Amino acid sequence: MNRYERAWLIFAVLMVAAFLGIIAYFNFAAGLKPPHDVEVIDPLRVSQDPRFSQPRVEEVEPGKRYNIYMVARMWSYYPREIQVPRGAEVRFYITSPDVQHGFQVVGTNVQANVIPGYVTVIDARFEKPGEYLIVCNEYCGRGHHFMRAKLRVTEGY
Amino acid sequence: MREKRLILLGFLVSYAALGAGALFGMLQVLERVPGVKLVSSETYYTALTAHGVLMALVFTTFFIMSLATYVVLRELGMRQTFSPGMSTLAYALVTLGTLMAALPILTGRASVLYTFYPPMKASPLFYIGATVLVVGTWVFGANLLLTVRQWRRSGNSGVKLPLGVFGVVSTLIIWYIATIGVAAEMLLQLIPWSLGLVDRVDPLLARNLFWYFGHPLVYFWLLPAYIVWYTVLPRMLGVRVFSDFLARVVFVLFILFSTPVGYHHQFMDPGISTEWKFLHTITTFAVFLPSMITAFTVTATMEMGARLRGGRGLLGWIRALPWGDPAFSAIALAMVFFAFGGAGGAVNAGNNLNYVVHNTAWVPGHLHLTVGSAVALTFMGVSYLLLPALTGRRLHSRRMAQVQVALWGAGMLLFSGAMHILGVLGSPRRTYDVTFGGHPATQGWTPLLVAAAAGGVLLLLSVLLFLYNVGRTLRGAPAGEEQEAQEQVRQPSPAGAPGLVDNLGLFTAIALLLVLVAYTLPTLDILSLGSPGAPPVPMD
Ligand code: HEM
Ligand SMILES: [Cu+2]
Ligand SMILES: [Cu+2]
Repeated sequence: MNRYERAWLIFAVLMVAAFLGIIAYFNFAAGLKPPHDVEVIDPLRVSQDPRFSQPRVEEVEPGKRYNIYMVARMWSYYPREIQVPRGAEVRFYITSPDVQHGFQVVGTNVQANVIPGYVTVIDARFEKPGEYLIVCNEYCGRGHHFMRAKLRVTEGY
Repeated sequence: MREKRLILLGFLVSYAALGAGALFGMLQVLERVPGVKLVSSETYYTALTAHGVLMALVFTTFFIMSLATYVVLRELGMRQTFSPGMSTLAYALVTLGTLMAALPILTGRASVLYTFYPPMKASPLFYIGATVLVVGTWVFGANLLLTVRQWRRSGNSGVKLPLGVFGVVSTLIIWYIATIGVAAEMLLQLIPWSLGLVDRVDPLLARNLFWYFGHPLVYFWLLPAYIVWYTVLPRMLGVRVFSDFLARVVFVLFILFSTPVGYHHQFMDPGISTEWKFLHTITTFAVFLPSMITAFTVTATMEMGARLRGGRGLLGWIRALPWGDPAFSAIALAMVFFAFGGAGGAVNAGNNLNYVVHNTAWVPGHLHLTVGSAVALTFMGVSYLLLPALTGRRLHSRRMAQVQVALWGAGMLLFSGAMHILGVLGSPRRTYDVTFGGHPATQGWTPLLVAAAAGGVLLLLSVLLFLYNVGRTLRGAPAGEEQEAQEQVRQPSPAGAPGLVDNLGLFTAIALLLVLVAYTLPTLDILSLGSPGAPPVPMD
């Protein structure tokens, strides 16, 4: 093997190892994991589930912890507007009674796929107050571009 | 070569798909500009489905079939494949499958995009057509493998496969392993379900099977481009490939790692544990290595060629490359785009960075660098050599071909650059209108959407120039250039006895083992969760 070739190979292997190391660190040590919850639900009975029969923001610990039960369906989110205080621990539970949807809070790294038959759980914390746009980023039929919601992050509780 | 007509026919179908696909692409970029309303959202998604299927499946598959046949026959010095009848059957099946799927797509009864995620349901004809297409490629692959065996048995048992053929066989191995996934999805889930024989399917299981197929699919596109870079490019420059051994290592690494990586498309899915997602992250980065090796080998090969032509200096040799030759400049540009595509791919593959770009405009930005440039531009470039070689006609206009390549470069830089930035800003992909009621978060997107559209216009012009040039070439008068063009794609006699790296049977077995490790348990996990599945939501 040519000596430059060997040097390049070593460089490539080290680079890949470094990437993986960084990813592993954030994944396992810093808790930046992709979603991995495994709860199933019957898509035809979403409205019978007490969490999703009334999609809502639930205050678990005022100012600190909030659960958001959300239904993503063709072509809207319920609730359409959400409000949480900055810095609170927010847990989204999202499911779909029809097709697959996306869920993305524009300008943040909060997003996940919503798959009928499963409950998507996302943990988030919003540090910057303001009004955020939530969009569906998984094609869900001809009204896909209508599908959005608002998230208001308030200054204080 | 008796099968020349079939090869040529395959190229022509692929060009037709490219042309039609480009028109749809143009429509998409224009429609996405705020304020522009050309078609309804139904039509947009019909067009997007057609664009994805035409470009990613029809253009690529037909071109690859013809290129692979050409490479095998040339490099092995054979006049025809094992069975020309099988060849004909394969092309007929792939064509039939394409037509069966095209009918519902173009009439708006299969607007499910090229990923056809259930429970969106298309007309059953769409799924059946896609399956027939895949079966056609199986017949095709079997025939080529039998051709190689026939060559082996006629006194070539002790020699290595020529590198190009080695690449083709590797591509076919990957394809056979990959298509198990989509065949299972079609036969066990989507076809019976779309016909109403079963009530529900599990959409997560479908995604699992689809991406088991969907990632190696990209190597089915990419490896033929690599074959061109490893075999045609050196001959254009009058040199041998820098390292034949490492080139083989590259193909072997692809066989090993192209399939057990599919969860990098499903990082954001519920129902799959982080550990499995992380395992697929590791294998995904492993599959980064063969491309790093390729970057070295093709650059070194070009440098050798350039120095032979009198190039000197640390980087000055770059100027001595045959930039005036459109086939060369197309392939070189394709490689440059692929370097950027690879860098972006490392972002997608980081299972936590993926949060930022997943399902945003970044993704089409990325895939137009890879399949849309590294592959498509290589195929266009090599066409400038192959068509004269196949038909004995002179390329209609080299100048026009050069302009075509330059337009692609400028257009793709604009289009893909803008799409990448849009993605980082959170603008979603696959969306008819991204203004979202004029929400302030979308305001900064407009200039980028306009830039993407401008790039799209240049790309369409490039495709039109290509098609015009090809059309004129085919109708031109025969010329004496055939000899020279053929020289560039001719075999050097294969040298040496096969080594460990040539033991493709062994590597196929290891690859299957890796697939089992990466997929058995998480698939069983999904099944054991026992999601009741979802009934169809008709899109027709
Ligand atoms: C004429 C040049 C082209 C233009 C203007 C163009 C434009 C576009 C646009 C705007 C999108 C995204 C639409 C959306 O997400 O809503 C897209 C998607 C796509 N394009 Fe292209 N494209 C071109 C060439 C190509 C080529 C050469 C290939 C591959 C060989 C290709 C493959 C794809 C694929 C696979 C998708 C994803 C479809 C999907 O999301 O379902 N395109 N194209
Ligand atoms: Cu949607
Ligand atoms: Cu992939």
